[in-house]
Amino acid sequence: MDYKSTLSVCPYCGCGCSFYLETIDGKLVGTKPSATSPVNNGKLCVKGWKVHEFVQSPRRLTNPLLRKNGELVEVSWDEALDYVAAGLKQIKADHGPDSIAFLASAKITNEDNYVLQKFARAGVGTNNVDHCARL
Amino acid sequence: MTNSIEELAGADTIFVIGSNTTAAHPLVADRLYRAKKNGATIIVADPRKIQLALTADLYVSQALGSDAALINGIAHIIIKEGWQNQQFIDDNTEGYEQFKALVEGYTPERTTELTGVSKEDLYFIAEKYAKAPAGSIVYCMGITQHTSGVDNVKSLANLAMLTGQIGRESTGVNPLRGQNNVQGACDMGGLPDVYPGYQKVDVPEIQAKFAKAWGAELSPKAGLKIPDMLTGLNDGSVKALFVVGENPMMSDPDQHHVEQALKKAELLVVQDIFDHQTAQLAHVVLPGASYAEKDGTFSNTERRVQRLHKAVEPVGNSKADWEITQEISNRFGYPMNYASPAEIMEEIATVTPQYGGISFARLEGEGLLWPCPNQDHPGTKFLHAGGKFARGKGLFHAIEWRAPAEVVDEEYPLWLTTGRAHVHYHTGTMTRNSPSLHALMPEGFAEINPVEAERLGVGEGEMLQLTTRRGTIQAKAMITERVRPGMVFVPFHFMEACANVLTNPASDPVCKIPEFKVCAVKLDKAA
Repeated sequence: MDYKSTLSVCPYCGCGCSFYLETIDGKLVGTKPSATSPVNNGKLCVKGWKVHEFVQSPRRLTNPLLRKNGELVEVSWDEALDYVAAGLKQIKADHGPDSIAFLASAKITNEDNYVLQKFARAGVGTNNVDHCARL
Repeated sequence: MTNSIEELAGADTIFVIGSNTTAAHPLVADRLYRAKKNGATIIVADPRKIQLALTADLYVSQALGSDAALINGIAHIIIKEGWQNQQFIDDNTEGYEQFKALVEGYTPERTTELTGVSKEDLYFIAEKYAKAPAGSIVYCMGITQHTSGVDNVKSLANLAMLTGQIGRESTGVNPLRGQNNVQGACDMGGLPDVYPGYQKVDVPEIQAKFAKAWGAELSPKAGLKIPDMLTGLNDGSVKALFVVGENPMMSDPDQHHVEQALKKAELLVVQDIFDHQTAQLAHVVLPGASYAEKDGTFSNTERRVQRLHKAVEPVGNSKADWEITQEISNRFGYPMNYASPAEIMEEIATVTPQYGGISFARLEGEGLLWPCPNQDHPGTKFLHAGGKFARGKGLFHAIEWRAPAEVVDEEYPLWLTTGRAHVHYHTGTMTRNSPSLHALMPEGFAEINPVEAERLGVGEGEMLQLTTRRGTIQAKAMITERVRPGMVFVPFHFMEACANVLTNPASDPVCKIPEFKVCAVKLDKAA
């Protein structure tokens, strides 16, 4: 049995509580608040105590999906990524970079957001980047 | 936040306005309770009698959408009584005379009429806040989600400058950010007018700096905000929308309008960890890895940049968002070759002055509060030290109160406001997939006062029908004194009783935040 405890940060509200995710053989089994965090001082809210629960939910998306004949069907990463890149290229060629818009996210990491807005601005050539900061 | 979370415990007076802290930011609420135990005066202004109101030294229930009038009324009393910090005003601010002239019109009598808050209570707030050795303001979406959202925030800044309650320990103007990394998404340039670090896209020198760093030509034109993207989809000027980690079908106002716009996209790509209402409309859905399955950083509401570490492998074939973007970019013809998030942070530090001294190695432990401009900088606990503001002098804004975009009338006679419940989070994508949380609160509801329940002949848990000019939903009645007579509250977590079918898309003219906190509604017992 391989027990691990890994320091992480809560994905819910803006408090930024930290905790240790507990895993046994690669399965998430629990959450323990970080006692030394200057934010949460060893405490968590009701959502925080259960923050490991949704990660390995059977309802998670596990494969890329592409709409074919009106239905979303599972496809390989290569097929999905080629489709998206080709679609964006075509739309940029036909209608210009500002016909493409991106919603970055308050839920993904700083590194994820940086790369996404860089792709929009430097790759596609548009400043149409926003996220749900106001919602 | 101008100040850090832990400083709240040391404040002498805390004025909480438009923040249901206990439900939405429980570990910030923890500091408010601790401050109270340390002898602080806690003042809560909220149209709903939220849990924090029960422990407050003073609770006032201002009329929905009357915040700017309330704040001006408090400023009026502070100036009239001579409780302002004249030294701070003279040394550090400009625009005071115009502000003073404007708030002269907000006499206690007029303020009471506009807000419903008594003269006695107005005096209590003014005195306790102005005279506190350290006074702190805490606010949230109850201040911002209005057509006057920007004005409301500026009004709070006026109050802090008027009393000099800023730039010192345990003071400041402290917005609580609703999402774990909304601060970081803004810091990283997830906004249409700025590159990372709030550097304007339309300033030629800045544009040149990024063009060089990124090896590409860049557009000098600010981009579209979310509501304008939806309008663009509707009028055909926007053809493709790439959505990462968001569910605009649930989170944006006037759901029917959003659906119509999204259906017009030639290419709608949704990248997320769960299927949701927006993904259902997509042409392509890409499975992202969750927080527990990747390395990286989040920046919290007090600007603390913290490390998350990968605890488990991503489920199925899901991948970290940066990896997906990188692969698309490579196929698109703009090569990227990052080996790890640590390497991305190295690049962020070179182009983002506030993050200049931040690296993964330095973040182990407690993280760092930005601005952290270089490797030797310890980070910044509170901003504006010594009354120094980014623009030089702090600017007072003379702001007249404006009524909400939609007010009650004969046809829609009740006020509707929306918000969060303690168990759930945002559109419920994560919490409703968490078995214990779902069990605690499995379904949506509408809070109504016993007076309304009596009038409609509706009992606890019976179905209500709520109708606005945008649409109709049904929800179970929760009969409670938390809301006043004439007012209804609906949480926005529940797809089947979706608050955003009802809400008004009217938005602030400057920042485009929708008026989620006020609209007019009609209430019936469901047939």
